[in-house]
Order: sequence, then C-alpha cells, then structure tokens
Amino acid sequence: MPTNAPTSPLTASERVRQVLKAHGRLATAIESLGDTDSLYQAGLTSHASINVMLGLEGEFNIEFPDSLLKRGTFESVAAITSALETLTPG
Amino acid sequence: MTRSTTARPFAELLALTRTIAREVAAKHADSVDRDARFPSETLAALKDAKLLSTLVPSALGGDGASLSELAQLCSVLAEGCSSSAMILAMHQIQVACLVRHGQDTPFFQNYLRLMVSSQPLIGSVTSEVGTFGDTRSSICGVEVAGDRFTLMKKATTVSYGAYCDALLLTCRRNPETSASDQVLVLATKDDYQLKQTTAWDTLGMRGTNSPGFEVHCQGSAEQILPGAYADSSAMSMVPYSHVLWSALWQGIAADAVGRAATMVRAEARKTPGTTPTSAIRLAQVHSDLQAMKHHWQATANEFDQLEATDAGRTELLSLGWALKFNNLKTSCSDMAPRIVHQALQITGIMGYKNDSPYSVGRHYRDVLSASLMVSNDRIAAKSASMLLVFKDT
Repeated sequence: MPTNAPTSPLTASERVRQVLKAHGRLATAIESLGDTDSLYQAGLTSHASINVMLGLEGEFNIEFPDSLLKRGTFESVAAITSALETLTPG
Repeated sequence: MTRSTTARPFAELLALTRTIAREVAAKHADSVDRDARFPSETLAALKDAKLLSTLVPSALGGDGASLSELAQLCSVLAEGCSSSAMILAMHQIQVACLVRHGQDTPFFQNYLRLMVSSQPLIGSVTSEVGTFGDTRSSICGVEVAGDRFTLMKKATTVSYGAYCDALLLTCRRNPETSASDQVLVLATKDDYQLKQTTAWDTLGMRGTNSPGFEVHCQGSAEQILPGAYADSSAMSMVPYSHVLWSALWQGIAADAVGRAATMVRAEARKTPGTTPTSAIRLAQVHSDLQAMKHHWQATANEFDQLEATDAGRTELLSLGWALKFNNLKTSCSDMAPRIVHQALQITGIMGYKNDSPYSVGRHYRDVLSASLMVSNDRIAAKSASMLLVFKDT
C-alpha cells in the first residue's frame, strides 16, 4: 500500500531516492549523487524514467498531470521533489 | 511565417522541386534502383537550385522554410525518385538539428551561412555496432583535449556515407559518461576518414547507398553541438524525421496510385458509360492516400504553430508530442505498402512488370523500408510504455 507523506518516517527526498534506487537503473549509485546532480548524466534513460514515474505515482499515491511528464521534471532529486510538492496535499 | 527579402517564396521552391522531380529524378529513378547507385544527377540539380539550404533561416541567407513546407518538397520529390527524396529528407533532418540547436554559436552560425553558398550534403551517423538500433544510446564517446576533439565510431549504416560533404554523429558526451548522455558532433569532409565495413545491396531504397562505415574524425571542439542530444532528438530529430519520412512515403504511394489511375482512365475511355470495376478500387485507395496525407500535414502544421513561441517549443519535450510523432510514423509506414499493394491490384500484370509505364515494383520495394527504419516494433514498445503514465487530459 502506498504510504502517505504525513505518516512516513522518511522525508519526501529520501522516498524519491528509494524509488530511483529501485527503478532508475542508474549507472552511478544514487547515494553518491547530490540532490541537484543530473540523473540523466548518471544514466537515467527515457525508458527507465517511465518506471520511475510509475514508482513515484505508487509511492506518493498521486498522478502526474501530463504537463509534468517532461524530461525537466525528472532531471534531479530536487526537481522531482519540488514537482511532488505541487501535487501532494498538505 | 514571415520571410526576409532574400528568402524565396515557397511557391518558387515548390516549382523548382517539382521540375527536378519530373525532369531529373523520375528519369533516372529506374537506373538508380537497378544499379543501386547514388542519384548524383538529382543531387547535383538540388544543389544547383540551392535546395539544400531551404531550412537555413533567412537571416543567414537561407529560405527559412517551415516543417510543413519542407515536407511538401520531400513528398513531391518522392513522386519522381524515392531514394532522392529520402536523401533530401535525411539531409534536412541534420540541418534542422544545426539550425535549432547550434544557431547561437559563432561556429554553427557561420557554417549555416556557408551552407547557402556551398550546399554541402550532410549525412546521419546515429547507428552503431552494438547498440542494436537504439539511437538513444552510444558506445563511443567524443574525447576533447584543449580546443580539439577526436572520435571513432563504428556505424552500421551511414546515410549515403561515401557521398556526404559532412556528417552529424551521435556519441557519448565523453568516454566515461553513461550510454544515454549523448551529444551531436558535426564533422566536415576534411575532418573525417571513412572505412567501409559492409555493402548496400537492399530490397529497396537502393539509391540511398547507406552501408556501414568505421568513421575516424577529429576537429575543433566548437563542432560539438551545444546541449544534450536528448533534447535535440525530442525537439528536432524525431519531429523532422517522422514528418519528412511520412511525407515522402506518401509521395511514393501517390505516384503508384497515379500510375493506377492513368490505367483506369485509359480503360474508361474504351467503354464510356460503363465504370470499370478497377475504378472502385481506385476510389478506395484514393481515400487511404488522402488520410495519409492529412496525417502528416496536420502534424506538421501543429508543429509549425508551436514554433511561434518559446513555451511552445518546450512542449515538444512532453510525452504527448512524443506519442504524436510515434503514431504518425507507425501509421504512415504501415499505410504506404498497403496503398501500393492496392495500386498493384488495379494495374495487375502491367504494374507487376518492371518494363511497363504502370510498373509499381520499385515503389513497393521502396516503401517496405518504412516500417524498418527505426523499427515500428521498437516505437510501439516505447509508446506502450509512455501510455502507462500518459493520461491524455
């Protein structure tokens, strides 16, 4: 079951990192990347990014509107987290 | 679209292309196909008419043609010779990447200006041994030392490789980075050496002469196109490829249907008052041809409208647009062989014979390449994956 943000012991950014670790197929380990480092340069492909989107929609129990389904939205941990903030209630 | 006084009106570009299609390309199409030779007469005529720089902005001396205009030119040329039209389309796709992503740098600005006077033919090197057709990953990486670069790429196909004046290659941003972190590099004739590794003896599109090559190149670091290939691919290479290809496949299909229609009219003249049975088939295929034409025209027009604003341009990076271009490509590449097949049913044995004026064998073989150049299965798999998150709202 998806966990809602207020009850999770992890921060949004940590949960984003977990999703990236599970589905991002990065060439560089997520732990060694900073929040603003480019995920694409770390090896995130367009195919893997779809799985990341699906993973995030499940984890945060949200749906990305089509307007956010752009390369820039998934550029970095920080970019993803700030996009999620516009979607997660509270 | 507004044009400066140096840019030629589109009607003039269209008339020039139509004349070349009829008087040069169509005349040599059979020998180009039979001997699998480069259509040198057509390319010489296109260069003479300065039709290789139609996409260069008018501020840099070109014609500043829009995507829908370019597509129309490719379609018209394809009615004369498919290979010539494919070469023109492939060239324009490369120019689109330079214009749309390089124009702000002095090197590319100057190169585009020179294109108008020297009309270089640019070839595409996106394939690579070992990437299995996935253009969005590279094994080779460009190495930059000081202000120079070196690059070696083993390509499975290089469009009209031996006849290019310049090449646009995909590669990793540097040898250490990931496979999908790519850039485009322009190499001009003096910058590269080619070693042919495979032959080009194909079912159709024989005149495009696109065998495998090992490309060794070196040049100034300024020749690396700014930005990521991920962006230039989504914003330029994919849109231009899928629209221009669809337009030229429709041009090939239109010529096949035109031959069938000529035959139906000849038959009708023998028995006025009785509609030949083949005319029913013609009516059906005519409708398919119109649907195909409207598909690429609508996509091209929508693209040209988006171009008017900066915000519009970034829209091209959205999944919605990626799906739209995928749908255009798979739909038109499936439709073209079906239309030519219908034309063959109308022409019968006269269309089946290679030495008849109603022959559609070359057309049929040429359009069979459509679903394979960027495999429709690969595109369908990508679309399927995108539709898992795309809501279409």
